[in-house]
Amino acid sequence: MAERGTMAGDANDEHDKARRFRDAALPHLDDVFTLARYLMRNPADAEDAVQECYLRALRHFDSYRGPAMKPWLLAILRNVCNAEFARRGKQETPADLADDGEAEATPPIWQEPQPSPETALLRQQDGDTIRRLVAALPQPFREAIVMREINDLSYTEIAEVAGVPVGTVMSRLARARSMLRSAWTVAEGATP
Amino acid sequence: MNCADTEIMLHALIDGELDAGHARDVEAHVATCPACAEELKAFRAMRATMAEANLKETAPAHLRSRIEAALAVPAARVSAPRQSWFASLRESWKNFFGGFAVGTALSAAVAASLVIAVVRNDQNQQIAGDIVSAHLRSLQAGHLTDVETSDQHTVKPWFNGKLDVAPPVIDLTAQGFTLIGGRLDYINGQPVASIVYRRRKHVINLFVGEPLGAEVHGVKDETVQGFNIRRWREAGLDLWAVSDIDAGELDEFGQKFTAALHTPGPS
Repeated sequence: MAERGTMAGDANDEHDKARRFRDAALPHLDDVFTLARYLMRNPADAEDAVQECYLRALRHFDSYRGPAMKPWLLAILRNVCNAEFARRGKQETPADLADDGEAEATPPIWQEPQPSPETALLRQQDGDTIRRLVAALPQPFREAIVMREINDLSYTEIAEVAGVPVGTVMSRLARARSMLRSAWTVAEGATP
Repeated sequence: MNCADTEIMLHALIDGELDAGHARDVEAHVATCPACAEELKAFRAMRATMAEANLKETAPAHLRSRIEAALAVPAARVSAPRQSWFASLRESWKNFFGGFAVGTALSAAVAASLVIAVVRNDQNQQIAGDIVSAHLRSLQAGHLTDVETSDQHTVKPWFNGKLDVAPPVIDLTAQGFTLIGGRLDYINGQPVASIVYRRRKHVINLFVGEPLGAEVHGVKDETVQGFNIRRWREAGLDLWAVSDIDAGELDEFGQKFTAALHTPGPS
Protein backbone atom coordinates (compact mmCIF):
# COMPACT_ATOMS: atom_id res chain seq x y z
CA MET A 1 0.00 0.00 0.00
CA ALA A 2 1.29 3.47 -0.85
CA GLU A 3 2.45 5.69 1.97
CA ARG A 4 -0.38 7.49 3.73
CA GLY A 5 -0.57 11.17 4.58
CA THR A 6 0.38 12.62 1.23
CA MET A 7 -2.05 13.60 -1.48
CA ALA A 8 -0.31 11.33 -3.94
CA GLY A 9 -0.60 8.44 -1.52
CA ASP A 10 -4.32 9.05 -1.01
CA ALA A 11 -4.90 9.20 -4.73
CA ASN A 12 -3.02 5.95 -5.18
CA ASP A 13 -5.10 4.40 -2.44
CA GLU A 14 -8.26 5.52 -4.16
CA HIS A 15 -7.13 4.13 -7.47
CA ASP A 16 -6.08 0.90 -5.89
CA LYS A 17 -9.40 0.62 -4.11
CA ALA A 18 -11.35 1.39 -7.30
CA ARG A 19 -9.37 -1.26 -9.16
CA ARG A 20 -9.93 -3.88 -6.47
CA PHE A 21 -13.59 -2.99 -6.41
CA ARG A 22 -13.95 -3.34 -10.18
CA ASP A 23 -12.25 -6.72 -10.09
CA ALA A 24 -14.52 -7.93 -7.33
CA ALA A 25 -17.82 -6.36 -8.33
CA LEU A 26 -18.01 -6.15 -12.12
CA PRO A 27 -18.15 -9.91 -12.66
CA HIS A 28 -21.57 -9.76 -10.97
CA LEU A 29 -22.97 -7.12 -13.28
CA ASP A 30 -25.30 -9.52 -15.10
CA ASP A 31 -26.69 -10.80 -11.82
CA VAL A 32 -27.27 -7.31 -10.51
CA PHE A 33 -28.86 -6.24 -13.79
CA THR A 34 -31.13 -9.28 -13.83
CA LEU A 35 -32.49 -8.62 -10.36
CA ALA A 36 -32.88 -4.95 -11.25
CA ARG A 37 -34.97 -5.91 -14.26
CA TYR A 38 -37.35 -7.81 -12.04
CA LEU A 39 -37.51 -5.11 -9.39
CA MET A 40 -37.90 -2.04 -11.58
CA ARG A 41 -40.68 -1.29 -13.98
CA ASN A 42 -38.69 -0.59 -17.11
CA PRO A 43 -35.19 -1.17 -18.50
CA ALA A 44 -34.06 2.45 -18.19
CA ASP A 45 -34.92 2.49 -14.48
CA ALA A 46 -33.20 -0.84 -14.05
CA GLU A 47 -30.01 0.51 -15.63
CA ASP A 48 -30.07 3.61 -13.44
CA ALA A 49 -30.55 1.45 -10.37
CA VAL A 50 -27.64 -0.78 -11.33
CA GLN A 51 -25.35 2.18 -11.86
CA GLU A 52 -26.37 3.73 -8.54
CA CYS A 53 -25.82 0.38 -6.87
CA TYR A 54 -22.24 0.17 -8.14
CA LEU A 55 -21.44 3.72 -7.11
CA ARG A 56 -22.79 3.15 -3.62
CA ALA A 57 -21.00 -0.14 -3.34
CA LEU A 58 -17.71 1.51 -4.25
CA ARG A 59 -18.23 4.15 -1.58
CA HIS A 60 -18.71 1.47 1.02
CA PHE A 61 -16.16 -0.97 -0.27
CA ASP A 62 -13.94 -0.01 2.68
CA SER A 63 -16.40 -1.48 5.13
CA TYR A 64 -17.00 -4.59 3.06
CA ARG A 65 -15.66 -7.67 4.83
CA GLY A 66 -17.79 -10.54 3.68
CA PRO A 67 -16.58 -13.26 1.37
CA ALA A 68 -19.69 -13.10 -0.81
CA MET A 69 -19.72 -10.07 -3.09
CA LYS A 70 -22.88 -11.01 -4.99
CA PRO A 71 -25.37 -10.89 -2.09
CA TRP A 72 -23.75 -7.72 -0.84
CA LEU A 73 -24.30 -6.04 -4.20
CA LEU A 74 -27.84 -7.36 -4.50
CA ALA A 75 -28.68 -6.03 -1.03
CA ILE A 76 -27.45 -2.61 -2.08
CA LEU A 77 -29.40 -2.83 -5.32
CA ARG A 78 -32.54 -3.74 -3.44
CA ASN A 79 -32.07 -0.71 -1.20
CA VAL A 80 -31.57 1.52 -4.21
CA CYS A 81 -34.77 0.22 -5.80
CA ASN A 82 -36.79 0.52 -2.61
CA ALA A 83 -35.52 4.06 -2.07
CA GLU A 84 -36.54 4.92 -5.60
CA PHE A 85 -40.03 3.54 -5.12
CA ALA A 86 -40.31 5.35 -1.80
CA ARG A 87 -39.26 8.57 -3.51
CA ARG A 88 -41.87 8.20 -6.22
CA GLY A 89 -44.60 7.42 -3.77
CA LYS A 90 -46.89 4.58 -3.13
CA GLN A 91 -48.70 4.46 -6.44
CA GLU A 92 -45.68 2.93 -8.07
CA THR A 93 -44.62 0.25 -5.66
CA PRO A 94 -43.06 -2.81 -7.24
CA ALA A 95 -46.10 -4.84 -6.23
CA ASP A 96 -48.13 -2.93 -8.82
CA LEU A 97 -46.55 -5.08 -11.46
CA ALA A 98 -48.35 -8.03 -10.00
CA ASP A 99 -51.83 -6.61 -10.10
CA ASP A 100 -52.30 -4.39 -13.10
CA GLY A 101 -50.83 -6.59 -15.79
CA GLU A 102 -48.39 -3.84 -16.75
CA ALA A 103 -45.64 -6.39 -16.93
CA GLU A 104 -47.12 -7.44 -20.23
CA ALA A 105 -47.39 -3.87 -21.45
CA THR A 106 -43.69 -3.31 -20.84
CA PRO A 107 -41.75 -3.20 -24.10
CA PRO A 108 -40.31 -6.59 -24.99
CA ILE A 109 -36.80 -5.97 -23.74
CA TRP A 110 -36.18 -9.57 -22.75
CA GLN A 111 -33.61 -11.07 -25.01
CA GLU A 112 -32.34 -14.56 -24.95
CA PRO A 113 -28.56 -14.49 -25.25
CA GLN A 114 -27.70 -16.52 -28.35
CA PRO A 115 -29.61 -19.78 -27.93
CA SER A 116 -28.47 -22.72 -30.00
CA PRO A 117 -30.41 -22.85 -33.29
CA GLU A 118 -32.28 -26.14 -32.92
CA THR A 119 -33.74 -25.33 -29.53
CA ALA A 120 -33.95 -21.61 -30.08
CA LEU A 121 -37.64 -21.39 -30.82
CA LEU A 122 -38.80 -23.57 -27.98
CA ARG A 123 -36.47 -21.99 -25.46
CA GLN A 124 -37.33 -18.50 -26.54
CA GLN A 125 -40.97 -19.29 -26.02
CA ASP A 126 -40.35 -20.91 -22.64
CA GLY A 127 -38.03 -18.18 -21.51
CA ASP A 128 -40.43 -15.40 -22.45
CA THR A 129 -43.34 -17.13 -20.80
CA ILE A 130 -41.39 -17.80 -17.63
CA ARG A 131 -40.12 -14.22 -17.46
CA ARG A 132 -43.60 -12.86 -17.86
CA LEU A 133 -44.97 -15.18 -15.17
CA VAL A 134 -42.15 -14.41 -12.74
CA ALA A 135 -42.55 -10.69 -13.37
CA ALA A 136 -46.23 -10.99 -12.49
CA LEU A 137 -45.55 -12.41 -9.00
CA PRO A 138 -46.01 -10.09 -6.02
CA GLN A 139 -42.75 -8.46 -5.00
CA PRO A 140 -41.57 -10.58 -2.02
CA PHE A 141 -42.15 -13.79 -3.93
CA ARG A 142 -40.73 -12.42 -7.15
CA GLU A 143 -37.46 -11.35 -5.60
CA ALA A 144 -37.12 -14.59 -3.66
CA ILE A 145 -37.55 -16.77 -6.73
CA VAL A 146 -35.28 -14.58 -8.87
CA MET A 147 -32.50 -14.64 -6.27
CA ARG A 148 -32.87 -18.39 -5.90
CA GLU A 149 -33.36 -19.58 -9.47
CA ILE A 150 -31.49 -16.96 -11.44
CA ASN A 151 -28.98 -15.35 -9.10
CA ASP A 152 -28.33 -18.73 -7.52
CA LEU A 153 -28.18 -17.46 -3.95
CA SER A 154 -28.44 -19.75 -0.94
CA TYR A 155 -31.32 -19.38 1.51
CA THR A 156 -28.99 -17.66 3.98
CA GLU A 157 -27.92 -15.16 1.36
CA ILE A 158 -31.48 -14.47 0.25
CA ALA A 159 -32.41 -13.96 3.90
CA GLU A 160 -29.62 -11.39 4.23
CA VAL A 161 -30.57 -9.53 1.10
CA ALA A 162 -34.31 -9.47 1.80
CA GLY A 163 -33.78 -8.90 5.51
CA VAL A 164 -36.02 -11.72 6.66
CA PRO A 165 -35.41 -14.97 8.57
CA VAL A 166 -34.38 -18.06 6.63
CA GLY A 167 -37.70 -19.70 7.50
CA THR A 168 -39.49 -16.86 5.74
CA VAL A 169 -37.31 -17.34 2.68
CA MET A 170 -38.28 -20.98 2.60
CA SER A 171 -41.99 -20.31 2.86
CA ARG A 172 -41.81 -17.50 0.29
CA LEU A 173 -40.08 -19.79 -2.16
CA ALA A 174 -42.66 -22.49 -1.59
CA ARG A 175 -45.40 -19.96 -2.17
CA ALA A 176 -43.66 -18.43 -5.17
CA ARG A 177 -43.26 -21.80 -6.84
CA SER A 178 -46.87 -22.73 -6.15
CA MET A 179 -48.11 -19.47 -7.66
CA LEU A 180 -45.77 -19.86 -10.57
CA ARG A 181 -46.92 -23.39 -11.22
CA SER A 182 -50.58 -22.34 -11.23
CA ALA A 183 -49.89 -19.44 -13.57
CA TRP A 184 -47.83 -21.73 -15.75
CA THR A 185 -50.63 -24.25 -16.03
CA VAL A 186 -53.01 -21.49 -17.07
CA ALA A 187 -50.51 -20.12 -19.59
CA GLU A 188 -49.98 -23.54 -21.11
CA GLY A 189 -53.71 -24.02 -21.43
CA ALA A 190 -54.01 -20.65 -23.17
CA THR A 191 -51.43 -21.37 -25.86
CA PRO A 192 -52.47 -24.14 -28.27
CA MET B 1 -42.95 -35.49 9.03
CA ASN B 2 -46.39 -34.91 7.58
CA CYS B 3 -47.81 -33.39 4.40
CA ALA B 4 -47.99 -29.86 5.76
CA ASP B 5 -44.33 -29.87 6.80
CA THR B 6 -43.34 -31.56 3.58
CA GLU B 7 -45.19 -29.07 1.42
CA ILE B 8 -42.76 -26.37 2.52
CA MET B 9 -39.68 -28.42 3.16
CA LEU B 10 -39.58 -30.22 -0.14
CA HIS B 11 -38.52 -26.91 -1.64
CA ALA B 12 -35.56 -26.78 0.69
CA LEU B 13 -34.85 -30.36 -0.35
CA ILE B 14 -34.95 -29.43 -4.04
CA ASP B 15 -32.66 -26.50 -3.32
CA GLY B 16 -30.19 -28.64 -1.42
CA GLU B 17 -30.70 -26.59 1.73
CA LEU B 18 -31.62 -29.35 4.15
CA ASP B 19 -29.22 -31.07 6.47
CA ALA B 20 -28.98 -34.84 6.22
CA GLY B 21 -31.47 -35.50 9.00
CA HIS B 22 -34.22 -33.29 7.62
CA ALA B 23 -33.57 -34.47 4.08
CA ARG B 24 -34.02 -38.05 5.25
CA ASP B 25 -37.29 -37.13 7.00
CA VAL B 26 -38.68 -35.45 3.90
CA GLU B 27 -37.59 -38.28 1.64
CA ALA B 28 -39.06 -40.85 3.99
CA HIS B 29 -42.38 -39.06 3.90
CA VAL B 30 -42.30 -38.66 0.13
CA ALA B 31 -41.61 -42.38 -0.24
CA THR B 32 -44.90 -43.20 1.47
CA CYS B 33 -47.05 -40.34 0.20
CA PRO B 34 -47.96 -40.32 -3.51
CA ALA B 35 -49.38 -36.79 -3.32
CA CYS B 36 -46.16 -35.31 -1.94
CA ALA B 37 -44.11 -37.41 -4.35
CA GLU B 38 -46.10 -35.90 -7.20
CA GLU B 39 -45.46 -32.39 -5.85
CA LEU B 40 -41.77 -33.04 -5.55
CA LYS B 41 -41.60 -34.31 -9.11
CA ALA B 42 -43.55 -31.35 -10.49
CA PHE B 43 -41.43 -28.75 -8.70
CA ARG B 44 -38.21 -30.48 -9.70
CA ALA B 45 -39.34 -30.42 -13.31
CA MET B 46 -40.26 -26.77 -13.03
CA ARG B 47 -36.90 -25.90 -11.56
CA ALA B 48 -35.13 -27.78 -14.35
CA THR B 49 -37.16 -25.96 -16.99
CA MET B 50 -36.28 -22.62 -15.44
CA ALA B 51 -32.61 -23.55 -15.34
CA GLU B 52 -32.71 -24.58 -19.00
CA ALA B 53 -34.44 -21.39 -20.05
CA ASN B 54 -31.28 -19.51 -19.06
CA LEU B 55 -33.10 -16.60 -17.52
CA LYS B 56 -30.11 -14.55 -16.53
CA GLU B 57 -29.96 -11.27 -18.38
CA THR B 58 -26.86 -9.87 -19.97
CA ALA B 59 -26.22 -6.29 -18.99
CA PRO B 60 -26.22 -4.12 -22.10
CA ALA B 61 -22.77 -3.06 -23.28
CA HIS B 62 -23.60 0.64 -22.90
CA LEU B 63 -24.50 0.09 -19.24
CA ARG B 64 -21.24 -1.70 -18.61
CA SER B 65 -19.24 1.15 -20.17
CA ARG B 66 -21.26 3.73 -18.25
CA ILE B 67 -20.50 1.99 -14.96
CA GLU B 68 -16.86 1.46 -15.77
CA ALA B 69 -16.54 5.14 -16.58
CA ALA B 70 -18.31 6.14 -13.38
CA LEU B 71 -16.09 3.87 -11.30
CA ALA B 72 -12.99 5.48 -12.76
CA VAL B 73 -13.94 8.76 -11.11
CA PRO B 74 -12.21 9.06 -7.74
CA ALA B 75 -14.64 7.96 -5.09
CA ALA B 76 -14.40 11.20 -3.14
CA ARG B 77 -16.07 13.09 -5.98
CA VAL B 78 -19.20 10.96 -5.95
CA SER B 79 -19.65 10.53 -2.24
CA ALA B 80 -22.09 13.36 -1.52
CA PRO B 81 -25.13 11.43 -0.26
CA ARG B 82 -23.01 9.04 1.72
CA GLN B 83 -24.29 9.76 5.19
CA SER B 84 -28.02 9.42 4.65
CA TRP B 85 -27.77 6.42 2.46
CA PHE B 86 -25.37 4.55 4.63
CA ALA B 87 -27.43 5.31 7.68
CA SER B 88 -30.52 3.87 6.04
CA LEU B 89 -28.72 0.80 4.80
CA ARG B 90 -27.25 0.18 8.19
CA GLU B 91 -30.62 0.74 9.78
CA SER B 92 -32.27 -1.85 7.61
CA TRP B 93 -29.55 -4.41 8.24
CA LYS B 94 -29.38 -3.66 11.92
CA ASN B 95 -32.95 -4.79 12.29
CA PHE B 96 -31.99 -8.24 11.20
CA PHE B 97 -28.48 -8.59 12.45
CA GLY B 98 -28.88 -6.99 15.83
CA GLY B 99 -26.51 -4.14 15.17
CA PHE B 100 -23.46 -5.95 13.89
CA ALA B 101 -21.30 -3.99 11.53
CA VAL B 102 -22.42 -4.71 8.01
CA GLY B 103 -19.31 -6.55 6.98
CA THR B 104 -19.23 -8.65 10.10
CA ALA B 105 -22.85 -9.59 9.78
CA LEU B 106 -22.46 -10.69 6.21
CA SER B 107 -19.35 -12.69 6.76
CA ALA B 108 -20.71 -14.29 9.90
CA ALA B 109 -23.90 -15.28 8.17
CA VAL B 110 -22.20 -16.53 5.08
CA ALA B 111 -19.63 -18.39 7.06
CA ALA B 112 -22.39 -20.03 9.07
CA SER B 113 -22.82 -23.53 7.80
CA LEU B 114 -24.28 -23.79 4.34
CA VAL B 115 -26.46 -26.55 5.60
CA ILE B 116 -29.43 -25.06 7.29
CA ALA B 117 -31.38 -27.05 9.78
CA VAL B 118 -34.61 -25.56 8.70
CA VAL B 119 -37.23 -24.74 11.22
CA ARG B 120 -40.56 -24.58 9.58
CA ASN B 121 -42.07 -21.94 11.71
CA ASP B 122 -40.45 -19.63 14.21
CA GLN B 123 -43.66 -19.27 16.08
CA ASN B 124 -43.92 -23.00 16.62
CA GLN B 125 -40.46 -22.94 18.07
CA GLN B 126 -41.39 -20.17 20.43
CA ILE B 127 -44.45 -22.11 21.50
CA ALA B 128 -42.35 -25.21 22.13
CA GLY B 129 -40.03 -23.06 24.27
CA ASP B 130 -43.01 -21.69 26.20
CA ILE B 131 -44.29 -25.19 26.78
CA VAL B 132 -41.04 -26.40 28.23
CA SER B 133 -40.84 -23.32 30.44
CA ALA B 134 -44.38 -23.89 31.68
CA HIS B 135 -43.54 -27.53 32.31
CA LEU B 136 -40.45 -26.57 34.30
CA ARG B 137 -42.42 -24.00 36.30
CA SER B 138 -45.02 -26.61 37.13
CA LEU B 139 -42.38 -28.89 38.62
CA GLN B 140 -41.45 -26.36 41.29
CA ALA B 141 -42.98 -27.03 44.68
CA GLY B 142 -46.61 -26.02 44.90
CA HIS B 143 -46.94 -25.10 41.24
CA LEU B 144 -48.06 -28.34 39.74
CA THR B 145 -51.80 -28.10 40.15
CA ASP B 146 -54.43 -25.51 40.91
CA VAL B 147 -57.01 -28.19 41.42
CA GLU B 148 -55.68 -31.43 42.80
CA THR B 149 -57.78 -34.50 42.33
CA SER B 150 -57.80 -37.71 40.44
CA ASP B 151 -61.47 -37.22 39.63
CA GLN B 152 -61.91 -36.04 36.06
CA HIS B 153 -65.38 -34.77 36.95
CA THR B 154 -63.83 -32.34 39.38
CA VAL B 155 -61.09 -31.15 37.09
CA LYS B 156 -63.22 -30.49 34.03
CA PRO B 157 -65.73 -28.12 35.65
CA TRP B 158 -62.88 -26.30 37.36
CA PHE B 159 -61.83 -24.89 33.99
CA ASN B 160 -65.32 -23.48 33.36
CA GLY B 161 -65.20 -19.74 33.01
CA LYS B 162 -61.41 -19.72 33.04
CA LEU B 163 -61.05 -20.59 29.38
CA ASP B 164 -63.01 -20.05 26.19
CA VAL B 165 -62.80 -23.73 25.49
CA ALA B 166 -63.78 -26.83 27.43
CA PRO B 167 -60.71 -29.02 27.55
CA PRO B 168 -61.23 -32.76 27.49
CA VAL B 169 -60.24 -34.18 30.86
CA ILE B 170 -59.78 -37.91 30.83
CA ASP B 171 -58.67 -40.22 33.58
CA LEU B 172 -56.10 -42.62 32.22
CA THR B 173 -55.20 -44.29 35.51
CA ALA B 174 -56.31 -47.66 34.19
CA GLN B 175 -53.98 -47.18 31.24
CA GLY B 176 -50.99 -46.37 33.41
CA PHE B 177 -51.20 -42.58 33.46
CA THR B 178 -52.63 -41.18 36.66
CA LEU B 179 -54.65 -37.98 36.52
CA ILE B 180 -53.50 -35.79 39.36
CA GLY B 181 -55.09 -32.45 38.64
CA GLY B 182 -55.38 -29.38 36.51
CA ARG B 183 -53.91 -25.93 36.27
CA LEU B 184 -54.35 -22.75 34.30
CA ASP B 185 -51.26 -21.72 32.37
CA TYR B 186 -50.21 -19.38 29.62
CA ILE B 187 -48.59 -20.33 26.35
CA ASN B 188 -47.66 -17.66 23.87
CA GLY B 189 -49.67 -15.17 25.90
CA GLN B 190 -52.86 -17.20 25.71
CA PRO B 191 -54.55 -19.01 28.57
CA VAL B 192 -54.48 -22.77 28.21
CA ALA B 193 -55.57 -25.68 30.33
CA SER B 194 -52.87 -27.86 31.73
CA ILE B 195 -54.03 -31.31 32.69
CA VAL B 196 -51.46 -33.03 34.86
CA TYR B 197 -50.72 -36.73 34.80
CA ARG B 198 -48.18 -38.86 36.54
CA ARG B 199 -46.37 -41.85 35.11
CA ARG B 200 -44.35 -43.56 37.81
CA LYS B 201 -42.32 -40.62 39.19
CA HIS B 202 -42.62 -38.54 36.04
CA VAL B 203 -44.99 -35.68 35.48
CA ILE B 204 -46.75 -35.19 32.16
CA ASN B 205 -48.28 -31.82 31.46
CA LEU B 206 -50.94 -31.92 28.79
CA PHE B 207 -51.57 -28.39 27.54
CA VAL B 208 -54.85 -27.85 25.78
CA GLY B 209 -55.81 -24.64 24.09
CA GLU B 210 -57.18 -22.95 21.05
CA PRO B 211 -55.00 -23.50 18.00
CA LEU B 212 -51.73 -21.60 18.18
CA GLY B 213 -49.15 -21.22 15.47
CA ALA B 214 -49.16 -23.15 12.26
CA GLU B 215 -51.73 -25.81 11.67
CA VAL B 216 -50.75 -29.31 12.64
CA HIS B 217 -51.61 -32.36 10.65
CA GLY B 218 -51.13 -35.62 12.40
CA VAL B 219 -48.73 -35.88 15.27
CA LYS B 220 -45.57 -33.87 15.66
CA ASP B 221 -42.84 -34.96 18.01
CA GLU B 222 -39.94 -32.86 19.08
CA THR B 223 -37.38 -32.61 21.82
CA VAL B 224 -36.66 -29.27 23.41
CA GLN B 225 -34.06 -28.88 26.15
CA GLY B 226 -34.21 -32.60 26.77
CA PHE B 227 -37.98 -32.72 27.16
CA ASN B 228 -40.15 -34.60 24.75
CA ILE B 229 -43.11 -32.79 23.29
CA ARG B 230 -45.90 -34.49 21.41
CA ARG B 231 -48.23 -32.17 19.62
CA TRP B 232 -51.45 -32.98 17.88
CA ARG B 233 -54.92 -31.63 17.21
CA GLU B 234 -58.16 -32.99 18.52
CA ALA B 235 -61.68 -31.61 18.16
CA GLY B 236 -60.43 -28.21 17.06
CA LEU B 237 -58.01 -27.91 19.97
CA ASP B 238 -54.25 -28.02 19.99
CA LEU B 239 -52.74 -30.45 22.46
CA TRP B 240 -49.16 -30.59 23.61
CA ALA B 241 -47.98 -33.31 25.95
CA VAL B 242 -44.63 -32.58 27.53
CA SER B 243 -42.61 -34.72 29.86
CA ASP B 244 -39.22 -36.16 30.59
CA ILE B 245 -40.48 -39.68 29.94
CA ASP B 246 -39.14 -41.09 26.73
CA ALA B 247 -40.73 -40.31 23.40
CA GLY B 248 -42.17 -43.78 23.03
CA GLU B 249 -44.04 -43.58 26.33
CA LEU B 250 -45.23 -40.08 25.57
CA ASP B 251 -46.55 -41.34 22.27
CA GLU B 252 -48.32 -44.14 24.10
CA PHE B 253 -49.86 -41.53 26.37
CA GLY B 254 -51.10 -39.53 23.40
CA GLN B 255 -52.57 -42.57 21.70
CA LYS B 256 -54.34 -43.71 24.85
CA PHE B 257 -55.67 -40.22 25.42
CA THR B 258 -57.06 -40.08 21.89
CA ALA B 259 -58.51 -43.56 22.13
CA ALA B 260 -60.21 -42.77 25.44
CA LEU B 261 -61.53 -39.49 24.06
CA HIS B 262 -63.28 -41.29 21.25
CA THR B 263 -64.62 -44.06 23.49
CA PRO B 264 -67.70 -43.00 25.40
CA GLY B 265 -66.72 -43.62 29.00
CA PRO B 266 -68.93 -44.79 31.87
CA SER B 267 -69.68 -41.27 32.99
